[in-house]
Amino acid sequence: MMWKFLHRLSSLKYFYEWSGKWIPWLTGLTIVLMVAGFYWGLFIAPADYQQGETYRIIFVHVPAAWMSMFVYVIMAIAGFTALIWRTKVSEIVVSECAVIGAMFTALALITGMLWGKPTWGTYWQWDARLTSELILLFLYLGVVAIHSAIEDSRTASRLSGILAVIGVINIPIIHFSVTWWNSLHQPNMQLVSASPSVHPSMLYPLLVMAAAFQAYFIVLLIIRMRNQILYRERRTNWVKQLLVEVN
Amino acid sequence: MLNVLLTVIHRDLLVAFRRRAELMNPVLFYAIVVTLFPLGVSPDVSFLSKLAPGVVWVTALLAALISVERIFKQDFEDGSIEQLFLSPYPVSLLIFGKVVAHWIITGVPMLGIVPIMAMLLHIPGQVLPVLWISVLIGTPILSLVGAIGAALTVGLGGGGMLIGLLVLPLYIPVLIFASSAVSAAMDGQAVSGQLAMLGAGLILALILAPLAISASLKVSMD
Repeated sequence: MMWKFLHRLSSLKYFYEWSGKWIPWLTGLTIVLMVAGFYWGLFIAPADYQQGETYRIIFVHVPAAWMSMFVYVIMAIAGFTALIWRTKVSEIVVSECAVIGAMFTALALITGMLWGKPTWGTYWQWDARLTSELILLFLYLGVVAIHSAIEDSRTASRLSGILAVIGVINIPIIHFSVTWWNSLHQPNMQLVSASPSVHPSMLYPLLVMAAAFQAYFIVLLIIRMRNQILYRERRTNWVKQLLVEVN
Repeated sequence: MLNVLLTVIHRDLLVAFRRRAELMNPVLFYAIVVTLFPLGVSPDVSFLSKLAPGVVWVTALLAALISVERIFKQDFEDGSIEQLFLSPYPVSLLIFGKVVAHWIITGVPMLGIVPIMAMLLHIPGQVLPVLWISVLIGTPILSLVGAIGAALTVGLGGGGMLIGLLVLPLYIPVLIFASSAVSAAMDGQAVSGQLAMLGAGLILALILAPLAISASLKVSMD
């Protein structure tokens, strides 16, 4: 049953039709969660006793940083399935995840820098976490770059899938090497960690924002994938038929 | 099986030695880039020796990157790679032979020139063994990982910039462990941890890189 469904889903036409039904619901969910999370986080949650109001940027920063890693895993899994089963849908997931993931990573870096200036007194510090997040951005941009450099879109997707899989092996290596390198040369920074030390009044809005980011990612991914499907299948009859119906 | 591997290595070395002038290029490149740092930063002895481990290794990364770009190009264009895929032997083994040949051509000369460069950068003599071992373990990783980038971009016209974008982030762990081993040795600290991590990286690259390279070449061919 499950396999049969997945098999049908791997057809671009079926995926296009199936995913269309979900967009309104997911968009609604994203908006509700975003509004609730922002209102809760920016207005209801108490100010931090040390950082005052500046800490509120974590309601964007932390979900973006979580998503930056989550999207990479999704991209690597899609790259792996694209290599093994050669499913066209997972090929498209790879290339679209690369763009979205790069965006989340950049957002996490930028919000982190904006928070760092008033709190640490500097926009940038070669701290282990900052450095590995920056390298993550480079890995994403590498996948985007190889995908856009190759003309044939199927070859491009499969090669960027290989790169994504290699990257996922490297991410823990990079993470630990950077952490150890940092501990050799620099004192540790006190970072806000997601440990239970966060008070529930701040943690719950944070979790709502995390859910909002997840929903946003799924909507964005589906919309981008549908555009890509239309582009790749532009010479097939079903797309031409669709265009006739729309016009 | 071993014979096949040796044949591939022998063939690639033969091709390389036919154009003897080009053999020196990576070493010359290495020497010139190292020369840039005293000129560009400062010739001050204490400053330079502090910078030296990083300089030696950043330069090694760049030299490996530039030399690895053409590892499959010609064979891909004249169809030799396709012949490798048609042979009855495992492709990753044959590809591994090509990478070994690349390392012999570029990595081994680096082992020779690194002591001279270290002297120019005022790295103390007692650190040389550590530096040399780090180059011995590190450069094969650079060849293996770089070859993945070369295989990914082999079908493209000019992949120069692109391959750097793909490969340099993957080189970062090598840079970190190798240069910190040299720095630690200069401070008189233990280096076995960093060298062990480099060794682990080499083993991982030896196992996985040939698979990734042959997968990329295969995709590039259809």
